[in-house]
Amino acid sequence: MNARSLFEKVWQDHQVVAETADAPAVLYIDLHLTHEVTTPEAFNVLKSRGLSVRRPDLTLATLDHSTPTVPVRSLKDLERVAESSAAAQIRVMIENCREAGIRLLDFDSDQRGIVHVIGPELGVTQPGKTIVCGDSHTSTHGAFGALAFGIGTTEVGHVLATQCLLQRKPKTLAINVSGRLAPGVTAKDIILAIIGRIGVGGGTGHVIEYRGEAIAALSMDERMTVCNMSIEAGARAGMIAPDDVTFQYLQGRPLAPAGAAWDQAVKRWRGLPSDAGCHFDREVSLDVSRLAPMITFGTNPGMVIPIDAAVPADSGDSSFRKSLEYMGVEAGKPMLGRPVDVVFIGSCTNSRLSDLRDAASLLRGRRVAPSVRALVVPGSQATKKQAEAEGLDKVFTAAGAEWRESGCSMCLGMNGDTVGRGQLCVSTSNRNFEGRQGIGARTVLASPLTAAATAVAGRISDPRELLAR
Amino acid sequence: MDKITRFSSRTVVLPQSDIDTDQIVPARFLTTTTRKGLGKALFADWRYDKAGQPRADFALNRPEAAGCSILVAGNNFGCGSSREHAPWALLDFGIRAVISTGIADIFRNNSLKNGLVPVIVDAATHGWLLANPGADVTVDVESRRLGLPGDRSVEFPLDGFSRYCLLNGVDQLGYLLKQADAISRFEKERAWQP
Repeated sequence: MNARSLFEKVWQDHQVVAETADAPAVLYIDLHLTHEVTTPEAFNVLKSRGLSVRRPDLTLATLDHSTPTVPVRSLKDLERVAESSAAAQIRVMIENCREAGIRLLDFDSDQRGIVHVIGPELGVTQPGKTIVCGDSHTSTHGAFGALAFGIGTTEVGHVLATQCLLQRKPKTLAINVSGRLAPGVTAKDIILAIIGRIGVGGGTGHVIEYRGEAIAALSMDERMTVCNMSIEAGARAGMIAPDDVTFQYLQGRPLAPAGAAWDQAVKRWRGLPSDAGCHFDREVSLDVSRLAPMITFGTNPGMVIPIDAAVPADSGDSSFRKSLEYMGVEAGKPMLGRPVDVVFIGSCTNSRLSDLRDAASLLRGRRVAPSVRALVVPGSQATKKQAEAEGLDKVFTAAGAEWRESGCSMCLGMNGDTVGRGQLCVSTSNRNFEGRQGIGARTVLASPLTAAATAVAGRISDPRELLAR
Repeated sequence: MDKITRFSSRTVVLPQSDIDTDQIVPARFLTTTTRKGLGKALFADWRYDKAGQPRADFALNRPEAAGCSILVAGNNFGCGSSREHAPWALLDFGIRAVISTGIADIFRNNSLKNGLVPVIVDAATHGWLLANPGADVTVDVESRRLGLPGDRSVEFPLDGFSRYCLLNGVDQLGYLLKQADAISRFEKERAWQP
């Protein structure tokens, strides 16, 4: 048999009908994750056509996007704190899930959280699965060797009704990452550097496979951070070969296989990594041994520099100028030292336990600068509980940061957690688009270490300086 | 979905590259449970000033943009989130095609499922379109060609299945539902169960 890539193996394993020149493939979906924002209209379509949900048992729902991060235990609580349209949307989600028999991790669930945090945490995200969600950061789950990608609401309806999607086979892009990270440099810096290298449209039409010693050396939390931002490079999916790190993470989780089924699954999963000599449509290589912490300076994640570098010179491009003007940033000048108003530590990119530990390591025994509002939002209620068991919440609150309930929160500012007009926010999230965190808000993307160091200094700061002290 | 064969319009131009879905429809408008009425949210943060008044200098607000149904945008249009609210907002506003040198994957998929035609053109054609806002152009789904002034035209990529669906107003869910037997067989015969 021909040498096949990880992607190729998962794709072939899920073809109900192979693609032809005239028609796309019918691809079977093993896990459909859903949240309140991108599903209501899909359920409306099913209802109007008298269709039912084919496999509610392969569908899992949560509440995260428009969900408040202040304590809410019921719909009644919600109606007190949330905007009426957000509360109505959540009510519709709860009703739709009840009617369809879909398991919903509701406000009273200790397992609720950001959709891309809970799938792995529950062990339902597994190697070799096809996973979709009406959310572009579904690429996160590719860290386990799953083929996972974001879909629109019409496709959410397709999966609800048929458990399948019509898909054209994407191309493959191998990103070979070599070298060892220096202290203070993280997985977030790797993915920001990759996006800077290939550009925000560089992965369009492709599935990325991240490979090489620097990727193999990452923990699962870190691998998720890398795969999460594949979409910021234009790729719908990013994958990493499953290995012992993957299996150790999954073993014993509530929805992971157990007993004999576990042994069988691991045996199957060991066959998933790309075969030696398999074909990729494109390859890119990156050595991270000299990588510095990375920060963005503009209004897309490809506008990124090492933290100790200057903003690039004015290229004369009107989009570049418009972007710098929006950010209040000057070409040729450093970002380091710029005063910030808000620091946000959270989102499906960086809200897992290791991210919170990273941030806490720099905030322990220190104070957030008085001019800064710092918001720490764990990725899930389970992560929150674990962090509290380690005393991380106390570290954050003692430093003067806010410690919240889980949710997407200030990453996209649709739950009331927003950054003010003209304010500068250093954020561990994934998008620095205009207005992403609030109307007129300015976003600088960075790692949890950089965000924490910045919170302490009140200015954009290199975490390596604090780490060296 | 309505059948789409060909349509003509003057263009309206947004030259900026990497226009993301947060610009097309900001997240604060996503707390809705229907696709209807999103045209008012289209490019909201660019279209309106702090007081909520239309900005006279924004391309879509200019008098000559009235009635235009074809948008020319900078490279990599529609990057960012999977929100189908983006094509819903464009269609509700009256845009029926987007022309660029690059269109993001999820936005492109979502557009095709709603009858918004993604038209990818070469850099030279794109440069000409950016420099000539208000040009009369024709999107021809049948021939997969973009008609330009002066009887010129360029081909644009559109896979056969998407073309067939647009031309015949075919709903892809109907097509998938017809695969029910193959899906059941797959579920029964596969080597492992999720």
